[in-house]
Amino acid sequence: MTTVLGLYNYWVVIFLMMVGFYIVIAHGNMVKKVVGLNIFQTSVFILYISVGKVRDGAAPILDDTVTVYSNPLPHVLILTAIVVGVATTALALALIVRIRESYGSIEEEDIHRQDESL
Amino acid sequence: MITANLPALQVVIPLLAAPLSLVLRRPGLAWLFTLLISIITLFVSLELLRQVLSGGVISYAMGGWEPPWGIEYRVDTVNAFVLLIVSIIGAVVMLSAGESVAREVPEDKQPLFYTAYLLCLTGLLGIAITGDAFNLFVFLEISSLSSYIMISLGQDRRSLTAAFQYLIMGTIGATFILIGVGLLYMMTGTLNMHDLSQRLPAIMETRTVHSAFAFLTVGISIKLALFPLHLWLPNAYTYAPSVATAFLAATATKVAVYVLLRFVFTVFGVEFAFEMMPLGEILMLLALLAIFSGSTVAIFQDNIKRMMAYSSVAQIGYMILGISFATVTGLTAGILHLFNHAMMKGALFLALGCIVYRIGGNVRLDDFRGLGKTMPWTMAAVVAGGLSLIGVPLTVGFVSKWYLVLAALEQGWWPIAVMVLVGSLLAVVYIWKLVEAAYFQAPKEGASGAEAPLSLLIPTWLLIGASVYFGIDTDLTVSVAQIAAQSLLEVRP
Repeated sequence: MTTVLGLYNYWVVIFLMMVGFYIVIAHGNMVKKVVGLNIFQTSVFILYISVGKVRDGAAPILDDTVTVYSNPLPHVLILTAIVVGVATTALALALIVRIRESYGSIEEEDIHRQDESL
Repeated sequence: MITANLPALQVVIPLLAAPLSLVLRRPGLAWLFTLLISIITLFVSLELLRQVLSGGVISYAMGGWEPPWGIEYRVDTVNAFVLLIVSIIGAVVMLSAGESVAREVPEDKQPLFYTAYLLCLTGLLGIAITGDAFNLFVFLEISSLSSYIMISLGQDRRSLTAAFQYLIMGTIGATFILIGVGLLYMMTGTLNMHDLSQRLPAIMETRTVHSAFAFLTVGISIKLALFPLHLWLPNAYTYAPSVATAFLAATATKVAVYVLLRFVFTVFGVEFAFEMMPLGEILMLLALLAIFSGSTVAIFQDNIKRMMAYSSVAQIGYMILGISFATVTGLTAGILHLFNHAMMKGALFLALGCIVYRIGGNVRLDDFRGLGKTMPWTMAAVVAGGLSLIGVPLTVGFVSKWYLVLAALEQGWWPIAVMVLVGSLLAVVYIWKLVEAAYFQAPKEGASGAEAPLSLLIPTWLLIGASVYFGIDTDLTVSVAQIAAQSLLEVRP
C-alpha cells in the first residue's frame, strides 16, 4: 500500500510542516510566530509517532497471545522532544512579555521602526 | 573509578552544578562556584584528551546499557579536541565574568546568568561527547535555550529581540536536525552514530536517506551560521552581555561545525557526501561567499561588537572552506581553525568586554578614539587579536591560513588560495580602522581615562598569550588536528 493514500500520515505531516513554517516566515506578530513554530514542531512529533506504528501490531505490553508489537521507542523519543518544545515555547513567550514591556508592541515591523528611530 | 567515568563526569558535573549555583543566590558566591566547576571540567577534558591520545577511542556506556541500545559516549581525537576547546574557553571566560557580569547584568539576575552559563556549557560538552544522534539533539536544545537566556540578559533592549530572533532560527534549525535524525531512524532502526555508519551504506540510494542528509545539513548550517543562514548571529553577538558573547562566539559555532563534521564524515561517510552528493561544491561556494560578504560588511560597521560578529561569519567561512576540500590537509586546516579562532575571537570579545566595562552600552568606532593612550593593555590585546584575525605570521591565524592555502594548492586550486589571501586583506581594512582610531586620534571629550581592572585583563591576555604561543609552537595543535582529520577520513576505508 505505497500509494498516495496509503502514505496519508506523511501527507498530514508535510501539510502541517508547511503551514507552520509559512506562519513563522510570513507573520510579523511574535505570538503568531511562536504558534507557527509549535505547529511546525508538532508535525515532526507526528512523523516520529507514525513511524513507530507496525501494521497489525499491538500496544507494546508483554502478553502471551500477541506476537506483533508496535515500536514504543519513537514515542519515548518524542516525549523528550515535546518537553523541549514546551521549554522553547515558554521561553519564547517570556521573551515576548519582556519585549512588550520595553517596546509596547509585539509586531516586528513596529519594533524595527522604534529601533531605527533611535 | 573516577578515571573510568570521566566521559559521564564531563557532562554531569556542570549539569548538576547549574541548579546549585541558583540556590547560592549571592552573585559573588555563584561566580566563584561556577568558576570552580568550569576549571574542574577543564581538567576532565584535558585528562580525556590525554587518554584518547595514548589509548585510542573511549566508548562509555551511559548507565551501563550496552551500545547500540543504550546511549553511548564515544570520545575520539576529534571530540576530545572540541571538548578541550569548549572547556578552556568556558574556564577562561568565567575568570573575567565576576566583574563584567556584575557591571552588565542586574544583580538579582546574576545567579540566573551563571545557571544559564553552566547549562550552556553542559549542552555544548554534551553535543561534543555523545555518540547518540537523538541525545545530540537534546544537548543541542539545552545549549541553545540557555544561550537565548544569556543573550536576552544584555543591557540594550534590542538584546530581547535578538534573543527572540535567534530562538526562532535556532528552533527551526534544531527541528530540521530532529527530522533528519527521525528519517535516519526510520530507515535503520538505530540512533547510535557508529551503528548508523555501519547500516547506512546498504541503503544509500534511497530518497529517504538523501532527504535526511539534506535536513541535517541545513539544520546544522543554521546552528553554525553558515552564509546565508547567519542572520541571527550579528544581533545576538552585538547585544548579549560581553561574557556571553565571548563564550558563545568562541564555542557555540565551533561545536556546530563539529556536529557537521561528525554527521558528514562519520555517519554518512566521505563518498556519499562528496561524491554522490554535491556537498563539497555547495560548501565551498557558501564558504567563499561567507568570507567575502562577512568581511566586507564588517568594514562598514560602526558598532564594534557587530563588526566582530560579521568577522565571525567570515571566519566560519574559512573553517567550512577547509572542510569542503575533504582532504586530510583541508580538514586539518578546518579543525585547526576551530581552536585558533576560538582563542582569538574569545580574546577579542573579552577585550571588547574591558572597553564596555569602562564606556558602557554599545561600543562605537568613535569610542575607540585615543584608547591607545587611556587603555594601553586592552588596545594591545585588540591589536594582537586583530593581527591574528588577519593571519599575520607568529599568530595562530597565520597557521590555519597557511594550512588552508596549502590544502588549496595541493588540489591545484590556486584561485581559491588567492581568494583566501584577498579575504585576509579585507580583515586588514577593518582592523586598521580600530588601530587608526585608537592610536592616531585624540581621546573623546570627557572619556574616562582608565585601564580595565586586572580581573578582566588577565583572562584576555591568557587567550592572547595562547593565540601567540600556538602561533609559534604549532606542534601540539597541528598534530592533534592532523590525527583528528585522519581519523575522520579513514572511518570507512
